[in-house]
Amino acid sequence: MNKNKEQLLNKRYKAEQRFRLYGLSAIFMALLFLTIFIFKIFSTGYSAFQKTWLIVQVTFDAELMMLDQNPSKEDLQDADYYDIALKSMADLDPNANEDQENELKRMVSYFFEKEIKNELLNDPNLIGKTKEVYLTASDDLDQVFKGNYPRDLPEDQRRVSDYQLKIFDQLVANGKVESKFNISFFTNADSREAELAGIASSFMGSIFSILVCLMIAFPVAVLAAIYLEEFAPKNRFTDFIEVNINNLAAVPSIVFGLLGLGVLLAIFHLPRSTPLVGGITLSLMTLPTIIIAARASLKAVPPSIREAALAMGASRMQTTMHHTVPLSMPGTLSGTIIGLAQALGETAPLILIGMVAFVNTIPGSPMDPAASLPVQIYIWAESAERGFVEKVSACIMVLLGFLIIMNLFAQIIRHKFEKKWS
Amino acid sequence: MNLILFTFIVLLGFTSYYFGRKKAYTIQSTKKRLTALPQFYGYYLAIWCAIPAFIIFSLWAIFEPTIVKLLILSDYSNQGYLDDELNLLYEKSKALSRGQFTGEITPFIEASAEKYLSLRSIAQSSKVVIVLSAIIASVAYAYKRISSNSRTREPVEKFLNAVLFTASLAAILTTVGIVFSLIFQTIDFFKVIPLFDFVFGTHWYPAKAFVRDSSEALDPTMYSDTFGAVPIFAGTFFIAFIAMCVAIPIGLMSGIYLAEYASTKVRQYAKPLIEILAGIPTVVYGFFAALTVGPFLKELGTSMGLEVSAESALAAGGVMGIMIIPFISSLSDDVITSVPQSLRDGSYAMGATKSETIKRVIFPAALPGIVGSILLGVSRAIGETMIVVMASGLAANLTLNPLESTSTITAQIVVILIGDQAFGDPKTQAAFALGMSLFLVTLCLNIVALRVVKKYREKYE
Repeated sequence: MNKNKEQLLNKRYKAEQRFRLYGLSAIFMALLFLTIFIFKIFSTGYSAFQKTWLIVQVTFDAELMMLDQNPSKEDLQDADYYDIALKSMADLDPNANEDQENELKRMVSYFFEKEIKNELLNDPNLIGKTKEVYLTASDDLDQVFKGNYPRDLPEDQRRVSDYQLKIFDQLVANGKVESKFNISFFTNADSREAELAGIASSFMGSIFSILVCLMIAFPVAVLAAIYLEEFAPKNRFTDFIEVNINNLAAVPSIVFGLLGLGVLLAIFHLPRSTPLVGGITLSLMTLPTIIIAARASLKAVPPSIREAALAMGASRMQTTMHHTVPLSMPGTLSGTIIGLAQALGETAPLILIGMVAFVNTIPGSPMDPAASLPVQIYIWAESAERGFVEKVSACIMVLLGFLIIMNLFAQIIRHKFEKKWS
Repeated sequence: MNLILFTFIVLLGFTSYYFGRKKAYTIQSTKKRLTALPQFYGYYLAIWCAIPAFIIFSLWAIFEPTIVKLLILSDYSNQGYLDDELNLLYEKSKALSRGQFTGEITPFIEASAEKYLSLRSIAQSSKVVIVLSAIIASVAYAYKRISSNSRTREPVEKFLNAVLFTASLAAILTTVGIVFSLIFQTIDFFKVIPLFDFVFGTHWYPAKAFVRDSSEALDPTMYSDTFGAVPIFAGTFFIAFIAMCVAIPIGLMSGIYLAEYASTKVRQYAKPLIEILAGIPTVVYGFFAALTVGPFLKELGTSMGLEVSAESALAAGGVMGIMIIPFISSLSDDVITSVPQSLRDGSYAMGATKSETIKRVIFPAALPGIVGSILLGVSRAIGETMIVVMASGLAANLTLNPLESTSTITAQIVVILIGDQAFGDPKTQAAFALGMSLFLVTLCLNIVALRVVKKYREKYE
């Protein structure tokens, strides 16, 4: 009998330990996912911040450029750089036949002519001389240099030919290949060529959308929260508004995209693909988040503050505007920033209102077509070229960086400025 | 032009505020008692300046284009043009007047473009005159009222209250906007495709509807077997089911551990770390699922002799599950911590171990709240878009094999609406019909879940 009891107790204790272990492993699993996730993004993305350059001897032959003896600035602008550019690439292998010369040309970006031109515009004295010029390597060679390219594939399955690899290896051996910080990733707009594509256009698109979203959502949400928390009579209508707000907070984001498409584009004829429409759509989505945060922080202001103001003869409106609202601002602001961070990461509604269009100019106002950072991630992720994989990860790193900064900012506002009432 | 006028009106507003306050001070200096603080006199004038401007601006924005169009087209109304042709001509002349026209310029278009320009400038100048005279009239009226020292605080506060109330209508307006944008397209869709075919049809090939020559009349029989949404609905719920299979055990167990076992220190660090998972944009999850999880599962399956699609439902659902973990863990954590301590103490006093207390006492007590949190998670899973678009297939495929690819409501909406849309096309309307069903399903889930959670909270408060 006694032994039975002990066995039972042991069993129960074991069950207790097992249960505890389940809980611990659940947390462990969740954190493991997070770690794998971040590790994967960083390990594929960090290399995009480096860019591979080929150092090529360029002879600025005045004859090939169709230039006179003393060319003016305009002449330099209009000169023909294609031939000297081609020649300097062909010079990498003096024995190259025509096909091979073509392959040599494709070792650098199609932008190489312009790079050579800029070199000469910076220093017009170079005419007739030879200089080593940095040329952007093609995205495939960029990947080869970074070690992301499977060189052991059969030749017909890869985009880099054996010949190109041979020349490239020679260049590497001679120290003519260099890796430098990739500034163009931050200053260039999107491009079909992975080695030239940058995030500037989508970054500006994101900034404009978020600004439009902030300018609409913040005032409306704060005013609505003030009404609902401080003035609204308790009746069926205000209940209905509340139910509406809570529901809107849980409506899938893509439905807001349909709203933007069906109302803003189809009825109001606002311009497609622009941060203006994107921002309005996002503001409708962020509205409930900010209203809920603002109401919570209004509710946290103790009634004694209001009573004191009322006792001094202030009207209800004065009490609210002069005392309650300023005291609730830290909480409201941090809620707003968190709502904006959500909006910054949103993709689906922006796709529906056409912000996926290929934009290779940097937008200057909210009325210009643009993409946004998350949409850029989607566009690049759908692209088949190998060079875009690391770009996607790098773009994700930039986006996550912004989200982290915004959330930290929200935390700081909350902890620094919020009054603790006790 | 509008911007200059707007700035001018804002300046006028500030000046009237200034004069209102100044008037109050002069009244005060004559030893009369003010009825409100001086700035209310200023606010009162500024509001009387803003209201007429606002009303006239909005009326203009609504009616000007329609009236201009009517005036231009009235010249040509009896020449036997069809409505569509007239609209096209009008758009062309508008484009020409902006200098953005690229087609052939006919005398008709040129004449109406000139008329358009002159009408616009008449409208513009009459707007300026009307706005300014209305503002002067209303400010003069208000100034007279101030001078007789009548009440100003009450009207100002009433006005503010009205503004606050209008702002709170924004939520209702958004809901109305959603329903409004969905319902007309949906009704048009069901005029062509019978509701029965949509709800019970098993073949979904919207690409077929795209082959139609736009000059042909709509032939409903063409679309039989094109818009059967069963595979889409099935795929949606299947992927959501896979996601919940990942999210419920992990989310619930970590919620329980955090609430009952974890020390304050562990809780302080683990909880925000898990919540980071909820803050990561879904497009990032989609990229992760498509680039890492999909190929990994495919390789794993091949090594075990299974045929796994690179865009399997398992990859999309699994990653979606990871995304939902924090929703379930935080909500169930909240729910469990709000179970009264007395229930725990009672159970311990009877000699129960901690896990027995959790399983037999706390869990049943917290069940409604936990169910609510799971329902909210399901609603999230059904509405999630980017993960499915990027990691799951885009072809509708009626299957219950998690290793094959399936498609969901959200993915189909994106597939149909990406790029240029032709409104009035059954294919575009199908996307709105899908959106409507998505909205209704998530609405029901949300209402039930929120009500359950609310009831539960009230029980222990």
